[in-house]
Amino acid sequence: MEIGPILSALRRHKLAAGLLVLEIAVACAILCNAVFMIRQRLAEMQVHTGLAENGLVWLMTDGVSGDDATPVTERNLVALRGIAGVQSAVTVVSLPLSNNSMNFNPSMDVDGTKHGPNAQLMLGSPGYLQTLGLKLVEGRDFDADEYAGMEVWLPQSSSMIVTRALAGRLWPGKDALGQVFWIGKRRFQVIGVVDHMVRGELRGTASEYVALFAARPASALSALYVLRTDPASRDRVLRQAADKLMALNPQMLINDKGTYTGLRDHYFAGDRAMAWLLATVCVALLVVTALGIGGLASFWVAQRRKQIGVRRAIGATRRDILRYFQTENFLIVTGGVVLGMALAYAINLLLMAHYELPRLPASYFPIGALALWTIGQLAVLGPALRASRVPPVVATRSV
Amino acid sequence: MFSYYLNLALRSLRRTPILTALMVLAIGLGIGACITTLTVLHLLSGDPLPDKSGQLFYPQIKPDTRSKTEPEGEYTYIDATNLLREHRADRQAIVVSAKLKVFGPQPGARPMSLSTVATTTDFFPMFDVPFRYGAGWAVADDDARARVAVISQALNDKLFGGTDSVGKSIRLEKWDFRIVGVLKHWRPVPRFYDLFGQGSFAGGDGVFIPFATSRDLADLGIQGSSLDCWGQLTDQVHLENQPCLWLQYWVELDTPARVAAYREYLVHYSEQQKALGRFQYKDKPITALRGLMDWLSYNQVVPSDVRLQTWVAFGFLLVCLINTVGLLLSKFLRRSGEIGVRRALGASRGAVFAQLLTEAGLIGVAGGMLGLLLALAGLWAVRRSPTDYAALAHLDLGMFLTTFVLALLASLLAGLLPAWRACLVPPALQLKSN
Repeated sequence: MEIGPILSALRRHKLAAGLLVLEIAVACAILCNAVFMIRQRLAEMQVHTGLAENGLVWLMTDGVSGDDATPVTERNLVALRGIAGVQSAVTVVSLPLSNNSMNFNPSMDVDGTKHGPNAQLMLGSPGYLQTLGLKLVEGRDFDADEYAGMEVWLPQSSSMIVTRALAGRLWPGKDALGQVFWIGKRRFQVIGVVDHMVRGELRGTASEYVALFAARPASALSALYVLRTDPASRDRVLRQAADKLMALNPQMLINDKGTYTGLRDHYFAGDRAMAWLLATVCVALLVVTALGIGGLASFWVAQRRKQIGVRRAIGATRRDILRYFQTENFLIVTGGVVLGMALAYAINLLLMAHYELPRLPASYFPIGALALWTIGQLAVLGPALRASRVPPVVATRSV
Repeated sequence: MFSYYLNLALRSLRRTPILTALMVLAIGLGIGACITTLTVLHLLSGDPLPDKSGQLFYPQIKPDTRSKTEPEGEYTYIDATNLLREHRADRQAIVVSAKLKVFGPQPGARPMSLSTVATTTDFFPMFDVPFRYGAGWAVADDDARARVAVISQALNDKLFGGTDSVGKSIRLEKWDFRIVGVLKHWRPVPRFYDLFGQGSFAGGDGVFIPFATSRDLADLGIQGSSLDCWGQLTDQVHLENQPCLWLQYWVELDTPARVAAYREYLVHYSEQQKALGRFQYKDKPITALRGLMDWLSYNQVVPSDVRLQTWVAFGFLLVCLINTVGLLLSKFLRRSGEIGVRRALGASRGAVFAQLLTEAGLIGVAGGMLGLLLALAGLWAVRRSPTDYAALAHLDLGMFLTTFVLALLASLLAGLLPAWRACLVPPALQLKSN
């Protein structure tokens, strides 16, 4: 196939061909970045929280203040454990991905001159690691006597368990067990390491910087109840637990309740909506671009009926005519893709500066090109087939 | 003449229904996406107090010892009450909120959890808060730590059936408060006065009480929702002397001279506090005084996803427009013969140009109508999303008009190049080839 005549024909339609190249370029740039962002969001939504999520339900109450906090909350927990199907019940200060967390900066020496990174303070009542389904990979779980009282916001017990991520950040290359840090003047020592646990909100590489502490229910540990049950009876257990708490505590407010999977879905609702929006725009872009290519190709076919007739009359086959339009389209799309890649890269740089997005991987370029070539060929097929059916006799007619 | 062009345009569009439909579809899709995202952006970045925002400022200082170069967004108890006492602005108010358990007058009724704002008396005149019954409390009530409350219209409707409840009482946690005022419906969007409380677009507040009273009854626990401490706490209920930032502070400054004076005052105050050994900045005091709108953008009240969506929508509109330019160009050039005849019969280039632009504009209006339908569908989808601003996403008159202006502008812009190319068609040549 000679591309010389195609190029010279295109040169006569500089403006229209240029517009098509521009449209494909902008579409390609938006597509590459949109697909990239969709994949980023989807990847984030796959995050492993470290919890055994399926059997968990939670109830957020207004808590108990004052000296009653410990006995009232412990009584409530006993009552909740009595509900059929409840395997365990605990109170915690916050749950992963609940957009609610208590954070601190550990001091790495007793004077507080050297600080570690911002980390989350996780606290729960007896047995909470088990209930949440956190997996211990080193050391041991808290003993019964380590679940002691609270001083202001900190537990009296000096034992703590850290996530593997936090241990690796604070004591790289060292055995975490037995290591210490301070919060204010209080000293805490590592007795165990859990595999994974994410914070109240994702924070990139710091998402799993969590230190876990133990305490008996107290005022600061009386609001959020977490129950483990089998997944099939979650809804019933949740209903019964709410009824039980209301019956036992006539003035208690249950501000919110749900399954853990529901809470997780809620955390990613914005990301999911954004991914859907971007996907919709991608589809709309492809449709509009395909219609544009098809529309312009139809016009060119109609305009060149006579030339096509002449070519057919002097020996070009139907196949030659079909090929001509397909090659023309291929050239235009290629031009658009080349320009589009540069544009995609530029947009990605802008997004990196303003939205903390990583660099667009190079693999997106061939995939984007392939997608647009396919769309282009599909869009031009109809008009090109119509062109190939132009009979040679057209050449002999005037007008 | 215009009606003649309109007539010609309609005929021409009807002759090529598929091409016309393609162009209307492209413009409609682009406009629909843009208007949907613009409506949300417009809603979220709007001015909550258009008549007053120019006089409202949020001062910032930096009392903590952490190594940051930015002034803090919140206040310690000591600084907030110092500034309030020194009274250097035309009006000033401390603001902090929390969800409280509220009991109505009916015995035995279950409590409600309501957002409660603890503030000072200037809050109401300063933010132009409208009253239905009664008024805000007096300065004397602040000083006397009086147990008085202002309640929202919604709460008044619920507890007292909308009647004048001034003088009656409600119970917050364990304490009774006397109602002194009932608001008219008041829900500024965003909820600018308390960005560190619940969400910026959360529903309205139910109860307002004097800040001094909320400290007197510290067990009410009104501490905001972003308590930020830089040292060891010794008491989590009485925060008066704790190294914690938790209060917000607003001032009203009515003239530019007062604004300048207040800026200086913040610097003086910081220097004085350094002399007292409290502040520990190195060279110069770290202070700022931001206007209301500046304060909102500084705190990035508009979610970054919403901005991103708007950019994506405009990128999409751009592709739709280029598409329309291409289709219009082929459509107009196909009619070179007709244009040649008109030119030969005496139509000026301008006349041909105007006629073709009319045709483009007509496509724009049709595209605008389609876009409007799509935007309504888009906003319906936004309202069903689980964001706290979802319920507010409605098309107002301004955005309704913007739809058509944008559609018309877009189509005219798309028509310019093709129309210009078409009116360059030389009359004689076309006649010859026919």
